[in-house]
Amino acid sequence: MRIIKDRQIVYDDWTLVREVVTDDEVSSGKVIVPLAYWQQHRDVLLKTNEKHAIWIDGDNETEALLDDLSNFDLIALDFPTFKDGRSYSHARLLRQRYGFEKELRAIGDILRDQLFYLMRCGFNSFELRQDKDAEDALKAFNDFTVRYQAAADDAVPVYKLR
Amino acid sequence: MYKYDNFDQTIVNERVEQFRGQTQRFLSGELSEEEYRPLRLMNGLYIQRHAPMLRVAIPYGLLSSKQMRMLAQIAREYDKNYAHFSTRQNLQYNWPDLERVPDILADLASVEMHAVQTSGNCIRNTTSDQFAGIAPDEIEDPRPYCEIIRQWSTFHPEFSYLPRKFKIAVSGATHDRAAVRVHDIGLYLVKNGQGETGFEVIVGGGLGRTPYIGPTIRSFLEKKDLLSYLEAILRVYNRYGRRDNIYKARIKILVNELGKEEFTKQVEEEWQHIKNSVLILDQKEIDRVKAYFTEPDYDQNAGDDTGFESALNENSAFTSWASRNLADHKVAGYKAVVVSLKAPGIAPGDATDAQMDFIADIADEYSHGEIVVTHDQNLVLPHVKQADLFTLWNKLSEQGLATPNIGLLTDMICCPGLDFCSLANAGSIPIAKQINEKFDDLDYLHDIGDIKIKMSGCMNACGHHHVGHIGILGVNKKGEEYYQLTLGGSAENDAALGDRLGPAFAKAEVANVIESLIQVYINNRDEDERFLDTYRRIGMEPFKEKVYENN
Ligand code: SF4
Repeated sequence: MRIIKDRQIVYDDWTLVREVVTDDEVSSGKVIVPLAYWQQHRDVLLKTNEKHAIWIDGDNETEALLDDLSNFDLIALDFPTFKDGRSYSHARLLRQRYGFEKELRAIGDILRDQLFYLMRCGFNSFELRQDKDAEDALKAFNDFTVRYQAAADDAVPVYKLR
Repeated sequence: MYKYDNFDQTIVNERVEQFRGQTQRFLSGELSEEEYRPLRLMNGLYIQRHAPMLRVAIPYGLLSSKQMRMLAQIAREYDKNYAHFSTRQNLQYNWPDLERVPDILADLASVEMHAVQTSGNCIRNTTSDQFAGIAPDEIEDPRPYCEIIRQWSTFHPEFSYLPRKFKIAVSGATHDRAAVRVHDIGLYLVKNGQGETGFEVIVGGGLGRTPYIGPTIRSFLEKKDLLSYLEAILRVYNRYGRRDNIYKARIKILVNELGKEEFTKQVEEEWQHIKNSVLILDQKEIDRVKAYFTEPDYDQNAGDDTGFESALNENSAFTSWASRNLADHKVAGYKAVVVSLKAPGIAPGDATDAQMDFIADIADEYSHGEIVVTHDQNLVLPHVKQADLFTLWNKLSEQGLATPNIGLLTDMICCPGLDFCSLANAGSIPIAKQINEKFDDLDYLHDIGDIKIKMSGCMNACGHHHVGHIGILGVNKKGEEYYQLTLGGSAENDAALGDRLGPAFAKAEVANVIESLIQVYINNRDEDERFLDTYRRIGMEPFKEKVYENN
């Protein structure tokens, strides 16, 4: 599947499993499982799979992941609608407070006009909504060359540059 | 006043291009209305009853004469030769074409202005005291902090999709003229025991459907911690504010549901994590921004003038204007002049392009080129020499801008209401007109004295009716416009929400009811007691009795 990662369009071999119906479908390969499933089947998954990823939505506290953080190769944060801004905070916490350095992916209602902010909050990969043009979306990363405030990217408060 | 440097100008220019692209994609069908909506709102663009409405940001209400001329030019070129100053110190155009809004934004950018975050679920324009920088009761000028907050909050990546809109106000004086306690975050500049200046932090005030006077969650915050503390509050709100119900999404509901103690605890915990980060505000930056708000070159001998006194003795119309439309200035021999946008027959807060150009000219001539927009929808010329007042008054009079009614009954606050707003239940401009016609005797108005009437066309309370001494709320009763009255509200240091008078009134009755209320006040007042104080002393009963006596 085509996604945007580190500002490029790439083919990606993770499979997002929104809901696990049978254990088999997640017992091998690179799968992104729901947090609740991970919590129940953690020990099995750690044995059967080499790579690990979960997805959470705004209702889940990032703090609930802390003990497991080092196990994950990828964490996906879901935006049921692009207007639900909770995961902007969650991404920053994962990156800046809890030191998660692997892939942080935005999934769900992901559109071009939010990419700049998502990137600034620490997301480095984006599963764009199906009907949207990825080439077009890439332009969003260049929307602004000035950033007033620090976030999870490399920006410092702009006044320090003055 | 603040001047853009390269960074500020670049970001505003880039915003214009971004929005031009977004608008093109919307017009070509690439963006759905639902996708475009939050984008246009974050540029202040609403789709209203008749046409789009564009809200332009006037940071903390401060304008240069050059900016005012551009606002006039835009009114001429893109609108119907007038504009509307709002209760949040912003400006609104009621008739622009959607296609041309990017061009308007480009024109604004050419004079260091924008419409960024004037609507939408993000951090809005920070408001302040209209007499900031000149008020004799000022502890410290709040505008540098407003500007620092403006920059921090502009395109803040984490807080651009909040549960709901978010408004911050800062006051630096002992008298609160910025309605600080009815904001999502309110900041008072205060001094602590050691004589240092910092902020008292108030969270969770607001009007709308469920009005609250905000509680203080921190009595003293050091200046260096300003941004980290704001970020902590916003983060707690962004994570836990309700998103399931638009009417319960403001931070006031979160503060209320958690309770002030628990909310404060969460903020303080969050703050511990980030207070020692890059968010620490350098004193150097505070000083840099402060340097833009230095005093103009005042005439040290301005106080020697005697012409003002003699003009007062000779001309009673001038005296009447001077008694209402001037405010004290910290420098001897200077006054702040309030230009009334509440002439009878004009929608409160409206100004024509010619009036705006004129005000720009007199600001250059008499007020160091500065103009301030007030919460009461008037304009202030902040630095006028008293020796110039009589000439200035004559010039203002010729333009219909010298109505001597500041703080009086006809200096009403009024939202656009049914005439423009698609959410309205009832008209507010026609009620303002009705009241103006009823109270057309200036001597009587001056005798009634200080009173604040505030009017909203629906529960959203853009006209701040809850905090009017008399509040008027438009409601819809079986398809008819009705009006619910409240008494005893205030947005100042003694902030209070008004109490309901009783059943709503039909449209034709409103001015008569106000007249009866004023009668009760006049009959009961102690010497020069204000309406609000009489109400507080005698209570609701006498008013109620009189108004409903025939029912
Ligand atoms: S109070 Fe209601 S009617 Fe008036 S402007 Fe606000 S939303 Fe519109």
